[in-house]
Amino acid sequence: MKELKLPNVELPEEAEYLRREIREFLSEERSRGSFEPKCDTWLGGYSAEFSRKIGEQGWLGMTWPKKYGGHERTALERFVITEELLAAGAPVAAHWFGDRQTGPLLLRYGTKEQKQRFLPLLARGEIFFAIGLSEPNSGSDLASVSTRAKKSGNKWIVNGSKIWTSGAHHAHFMITLVRTAPLGEKKHEGLSQILLDLSAPGITIRPIHLMTGEHHFNEVIMEDVEVSEDMIIGLEGGGWKQSLAELAYERSGPERFMSTYPLLEELVRKLSDSDSDYAKIAVGRLVSRLWTLRKMSLGVAGLLEQGKSPEIAAALVKDLGTEYENEIIKTARLLIPSHPSVTADSSFDALLAQSILHAPGFTLRGGTTEILRGIIARGLGVR
Amino acid sequence: MSEIRSMLEDTVSKVLRDLCTKELISAAEKGEFPETLWETLEELGVNAVGIHEEKGGSGGDLGDFMDLLKIVGYYAAPVPLAEHILSNFALSECGLPVTNTISTFSFENEIDFDKTDSGWVLSGIAKFVPWARNAKTITIIGKTFENQYKIANVRLKECQVRNHENLAGDPFDEVILNHILLSENEVTAIDNSKVGEIFDLATLTRVMLMTGSMERTLELSVTYTKERTQFGRPIGKFQAVQQKLAILAGETTASMAVADFIITNIDAGISTEEASMAKIQLGDAAQEGARIAHQVHGAMGFTDEHPLHQSTRRLWAWRDEYGLESILAKKLGEKILSHPEDLWGFITRHTKATSDKR
Repeated sequence: MKELKLPNVELPEEAEYLRREIREFLSEERSRGSFEPKCDTWLGGYSAEFSRKIGEQGWLGMTWPKKYGGHERTALERFVITEELLAAGAPVAAHWFGDRQTGPLLLRYGTKEQKQRFLPLLARGEIFFAIGLSEPNSGSDLASVSTRAKKSGNKWIVNGSKIWTSGAHHAHFMITLVRTAPLGEKKHEGLSQILLDLSAPGITIRPIHLMTGEHHFNEVIMEDVEVSEDMIIGLEGGGWKQSLAELAYERSGPERFMSTYPLLEELVRKLSDSDSDYAKIAVGRLVSRLWTLRKMSLGVAGLLEQGKSPEIAAALVKDLGTEYENEIIKTARLLIPSHPSVTADSSFDALLAQSILHAPGFTLRGGTTEILRGIIARGLGVR
Repeated sequence: MSEIRSMLEDTVSKVLRDLCTKELISAAEKGEFPETLWETLEELGVNAVGIHEEKGGSGGDLGDFMDLLKIVGYYAAPVPLAEHILSNFALSECGLPVTNTISTFSFENEIDFDKTDSGWVLSGIAKFVPWARNAKTITIIGKTFENQYKIANVRLKECQVRNHENLAGDPFDEVILNHILLSENEVTAIDNSKVGEIFDLATLTRVMLMTGSMERTLELSVTYTKERTQFGRPIGKFQAVQQKLAILAGETTASMAVADFIITNIDAGISTEEASMAKIQLGDAAQEGARIAHQVHGAMGFTDEHPLHQSTRRLWAWRDEYGLESILAKKLGEKILSHPEDLWGFITRHTKATSDKR
C-alpha cells in the first residue's frame, strides 16, 4: 500500500518563527476589531481589506518565485500561515482560491506573460479569483461539462454557465473549465482552462443564496463572451489533466478539517470548569483526532514540497477531515445545551449555528465524499 | 531511514514471512510455543534491539524497536517480543541486569514489595501477563508500603502460573507470587516519572503492533474483494464495497502516519499526551477497520480457515492493553480543559518542545 504512505514531516524552525509573527499580527487585528472569529471563513469570510493586509505581510504567494512577486518560502511555511489563519477564524475567502489554486496552476502551466501579469497582483492581494468547474448538468461527473469555447480568429467565444461558483461576485477573474473540442468518445479530452475576466461583456453573475440566506455561491452565465486567445492556460485540450494536478492542493490543506475549529475552541472554553467525565472524554477524543489529521495533512504538504501529486492521500485527508468537521458539531451540541442561532449574542450559539448550517457543504465541495472514496478505491486497485 | 533500520526491516520481514505461517499461529493458539521462530529472532539479536550494547543489548534505538513491532504486528507473530524488550528496557534503565532468556512484563498487578532484614519479599498477583507460561522471568513494577515504586525481575519457576488467553488466543496468564524472596541487589527503586515513561512505551508497543495489523487487515480485504465474485463481477467493483474499503484505507493511513511520527520522534522524546493520542487513533481504527474488514469478507472472514481473524482478533486484544481509549481521552481532556487558552498551542507545539523527558 505504498500509495497510502505519508512521510512524517517536522516543521522547520523558520516555520515556527513565522507562527509567532502571524499570531502577533492576528491578535493585533483582533484587538483592533478588524474581525470576529467565525467558522468556515474560507468560504464565508470575505474581506478585500484583510486579504490585502495579508498580502502586505508577505503571506500570499508564499512559495512562488520572487520574480513573480512571491516570497520563495517552503510549502511548510505556507502550511503554518494557513492553519493559523483558520484557527483564528479570520476572513480569508477573498484570496483563498487564487492563493491556493490559481497561483500554482499558472506557475506550472501558464505563459510567461500570464505569470507576469497575474502573479504579482495575486501575491499582493489585489486581485481575486474564482474557480469555474461545476455546471447545472455537471457536478460529480465533472468531465461532462458543456460550456463551450469556440475559436474565432484570435479569440475564443465562450458560451455556457457555471454554478456554485464561490465568490464570483467579488472575484476579478475565473479559471473556467471549458470544452474547446466537441464531446467525443473520451469525455476527458477536448477540455481546456481559460482565464475569464468576470467584467467582460456577456457575463451575468446571479447569486445563489445558501439556506442561511448568505450569498457566497453564484451562477455565472456566459453569452458570447470574447476571450483573447492568449488567455488559455497550458495546453488546448489539456484542461482535465491540469485540473487534476490542482486537486492535491485543493483537498489536503488544513481547511479540510478546520472549518469548525473556532467552535471547538469555544467549546473547550465553555467546558473549562466542567468536571464531567463525559465532557473530558469527548474533548480528549476530538483533540486526538485533530492531532492525527494535522499530521496527515502535513504529510501531504511534505509530498507536494517534493514535487509529487499525491491524489489518493489528498482524497483521504479530505474524507476524514470533513467527517471530523461534522464530528465537532455533533459533540459540541450534545455537551452544551443551547439554542443555536446565527444572530445569537452568545458566541457558542452563533458558532454552532454557523457550523450546522454550513456543514452540508463540507462533504460536498471539492469532490463529494462518495467521489473521493471512489478515487481511494481506485488507488487500492479494486476499481 | 537509517541503513541499519532498513536492514533490520528486511531481515525480520523475511524471517516472519517464511516462518510465521497461518499454521504456526494456529498451533501457537493451541499452546505450542513457536520455539524455532523465537530462536531465529534471538540468533539475529532482534530480541535485544533498543537496548544499549553496553548494557547487554543489541544496540539500535527505540525507533528501531518500534519499527520492528510494526512488522511483528503485520505478521501477527505469536511471540513475546514487545514484552521481552520492554522488560529488558525497564531493567537496564534502572540499572538491573538484562536477561537473554524470555522475560515478560507486568504493570497491572497487586504486588507488594516488603523489606526484610536480608532483602525483599514479594507477594501478590499479576494478572494478564503475556506469555508468562513460556517466559523464565517476569519484570514487576510494584509498590512498597510507603507507596514507593520498586522494580525487580522475578524467576517464574518460583511463581505459580495460571493459564489464561486474550482475544487473540495469545497467552495472557495470571502469575501468583507467594512470598518470593529476593536479595537486596535484585530490587531497586524506580521513580514515578520513569514508571510513566515505561508505561508510555508499553502503550506505544500496542500502537505499533496494531498499525501492522491494520496494514495487513487492509491488504487482506483488498485482495479478497478483488477475488470474490458475485453477480458476475468481483465484489470490489461494487460501489457499496468500495466506499467501505476507502474508510478502512483512511483509518489505516491515519494509523501509519501516527506510527511514523512515533518511530521518528521516540528517541528525542514522546510526551504522555502524544502516546495517548496515538493509542486513541489506533483504538478507533481497530474498531472501524476490523468491522469493515469482516463485512467485506462475508461469512468466509469469520471462519477459522481464513487468516483474517488472526489480525482482527489481535486488534481487538491489543486495543485494551496499556491504556483504554476512554481512560486516555479522559486524562487528555482534563489537561486540555484545565488550560483552554492553550488548545491551539497544544495542537501545534513542536514535538521536541512538548517532550518532558529524556
